[in-house]
Amino acid sequence: MAKTDIGPPDYKTMLPPVIARNYGKWRYHEIPQPGVLVHTADSGEKLYSVRAGSPRLVSTDHIREICAIAEKYCDGYLRFTSRHNIEFLLADKDKVAPLLAELESKGYPVGGTGHAISNVVHTQGWVHCHTPATDASGPVKALMDEIYDYFTTMKLPNHVRIALACCLNMCGAVHCSDIAILGIHRTVPKVDNTRVPNVCEIPSTVASCPTGAIRGDMKNKTVTVNDEKCMYCGNCYTVCPAMPLADPDNDGISIWVGGKVSNARSAPSFSKLAIPFLPNNPPRWPEVVDAVKNIIEVYASHARKHERVGEWIERVGWERFFSLTGIPFTDKHIDDFDMATESFHSSTLFKWS
Amino acid sequence: MAKRETPLLDQLERGKWPSFVKDMKEAAEKNPMAEDLLGQLELSYKDKIGHWKHGGIVGVKGYGSGVIGRYSDRPDLFPNVQAFHTMRVNHPTGWFYKTDALRRLCDVWDKHGSGLTNMHGSTGDAILLGTTTDHIQPCFDDLTEAGYDLGGSGSALRTPSACVGPGRCEWACVDSLDICYDITMTYQDKMHRPMFPYKFKIKVSGCPNDCVASIARADFAVIGTWKGDIRIDQGEVEAYAASGLDIQKEVCDLCPTKCMEWDGKRLKIDNGDCTRCMHCINLMSKALRQGGERGATILIGGKAPILQGALLSWVIVPFMKLEPPYEELKDLILRIQDWWDEYGKSRERLGELIKRLGMRVFLRAVGLPAVPQMVKAPRTNPYVFFWPEDIKKEVK
Repeated sequence: MAKTDIGPPDYKTMLPPVIARNYGKWRYHEIPQPGVLVHTADSGEKLYSVRAGSPRLVSTDHIREICAIAEKYCDGYLRFTSRHNIEFLLADKDKVAPLLAELESKGYPVGGTGHAISNVVHTQGWVHCHTPATDASGPVKALMDEIYDYFTTMKLPNHVRIALACCLNMCGAVHCSDIAILGIHRTVPKVDNTRVPNVCEIPSTVASCPTGAIRGDMKNKTVTVNDEKCMYCGNCYTVCPAMPLADPDNDGISIWVGGKVSNARSAPSFSKLAIPFLPNNPPRWPEVVDAVKNIIEVYASHARKHERVGEWIERVGWERFFSLTGIPFTDKHIDDFDMATESFHSSTLFKWS
Repeated sequence: MAKRETPLLDQLERGKWPSFVKDMKEAAEKNPMAEDLLGQLELSYKDKIGHWKHGGIVGVKGYGSGVIGRYSDRPDLFPNVQAFHTMRVNHPTGWFYKTDALRRLCDVWDKHGSGLTNMHGSTGDAILLGTTTDHIQPCFDDLTEAGYDLGGSGSALRTPSACVGPGRCEWACVDSLDICYDITMTYQDKMHRPMFPYKFKIKVSGCPNDCVASIARADFAVIGTWKGDIRIDQGEVEAYAASGLDIQKEVCDLCPTKCMEWDGKRLKIDNGDCTRCMHCINLMSKALRQGGERGATILIGGKAPILQGALLSWVIVPFMKLEPPYEELKDLILRIQDWWDEYGKSRERLGELIKRLGMRVFLRAVGLPAVPQMVKAPRTNPYVFFWPEDIKKEVK
């Protein structure tokens, strides 16, 4: 009989000795070059962290290669970041340059620190999810190839956090990202009346709809969908597998901007809709890559130092965001869900764009 | 070389960013499940649609969570991923690893699964992508033998996560790693045996920079903060100025409360006006240190859009001291979960329940006082409820 409820390995057994000795006694840090953090403790000891990009979807052989590198330079100590980067943790300054050289020779991007674009937090997509409206790893790979230099340098006004979720369930903090890439469906679920009675519970299916578009049809032990009220969130499909809504011709991606989670300067905020729809165009999603790159470049050339994307947009105004980026404003940008009116302009204080 | 032709995915091997396709092909060379996964993904790229069915219920003995069932909708073409279940493995807090522990995880997964992983999933777990129903229990047995356990899934406490905290960061106001690990160990039962109305996420950040996005993603967010004056090393401030940092423009002018003054020699902070946003400290970590009394702000209710729209967490305890064994914190978590468990509807997150029943009802139920730090401003509508004891009873 297997042991149960042993919990995760104790993190204290995973800490490099330099961290164990200086735990909670770090004094300050510096970023001498992109991808390298130097933390200095009260004791004067220093910890060198070298941050490298990862595709997040990694094979055991790849993990073993990372382990071998960590064993060669870091006495076998490493960590991963909340944005899926790998961090090699070194106590010996002399090993930093050889580590960087080996990472470069093996094709690991080093960066993601300071005013950079770090790794894209993303979901499973077509690789392993049952509700995706797009793939996750593919668009991220195509995008990161294109904006690679923003990962390995620190030349932006502030850091730009990008996240991708392949449907509205959002397994990731995409709703508070500087730039969010969100997979969306655009057609109503197709109710399979022969399967609903067997695989779905009608009350929970009805309750799953945020807009009240689903009604129970008790006589036929199924449900009906009011097409005009449905905004294709797919939540009904999550509870009732007999209501699929994936549609290769109409699924795609929307782009959201200006969210953040940190409290620095301005309050944490949601991302807002920038582009309602871009097509799924695998394998490299050129429309999505171009759209995100355009937003980054307009931000980079217009924002003031230390302004996050949302802070820049708030300062110049959303009217100016749309004119500067050339993104068309449509009726889809105007909220019509719960609390929609809070986002309407109730003053004459707007710009001519 | 992988045997299947994958002309579309091959195009994602190009470019400088590390390619997941390369990793999939690496795994496919020695694992038929990974090879069929590659084939099915190529088909998705061709068809522009996912090919996974709804998950069935699979798991390990004694647990109701930690394994996500997954089945291919084209088992005729890809028999080796007919069943391809995910196992969520609770990561070591802070995602710290010693390589021998990481190698043990790889060995278990090569023995039982596809050899493909996510390091890590969005909630924080190490995700083991794809194994057959037969292998779930033996894989779990080997995982526990290797020192690992499963994380949460379904209507359970999800794997708690924490920022790097005092392990490396000078800004950690609380021991985010220890708090997270303590909570994880205390609530193993709540993680492994789903008994809640819906998922419940706890995340711990050491400071208001909130590197684990707790405010956006956690039903229960712990964010380190401080009381007392920001400690200034004037010499180091001058050194930053000398090194090219424009203290007036980049620090004082961007301070949201305009509580800082710089005369070219000395930096002054009106700490009473400071809202502890971290901007100045982020820019001058050598010169500025947070105030000496450390604790955390507790916020609750954060979530992604499903069902009634996304929410950012709300302040419910402005300041709580957090020292082991964290009794006050755990007591609050229990009171909140009990209330939610009692009144929450199926698939109703904590924030949505509070929206439905009202914050005043919630506060009274869990025994928290109303304080001005909870709101940006008092209400503007006159639709005010009073409690029965607020009203004078008519004496006849």
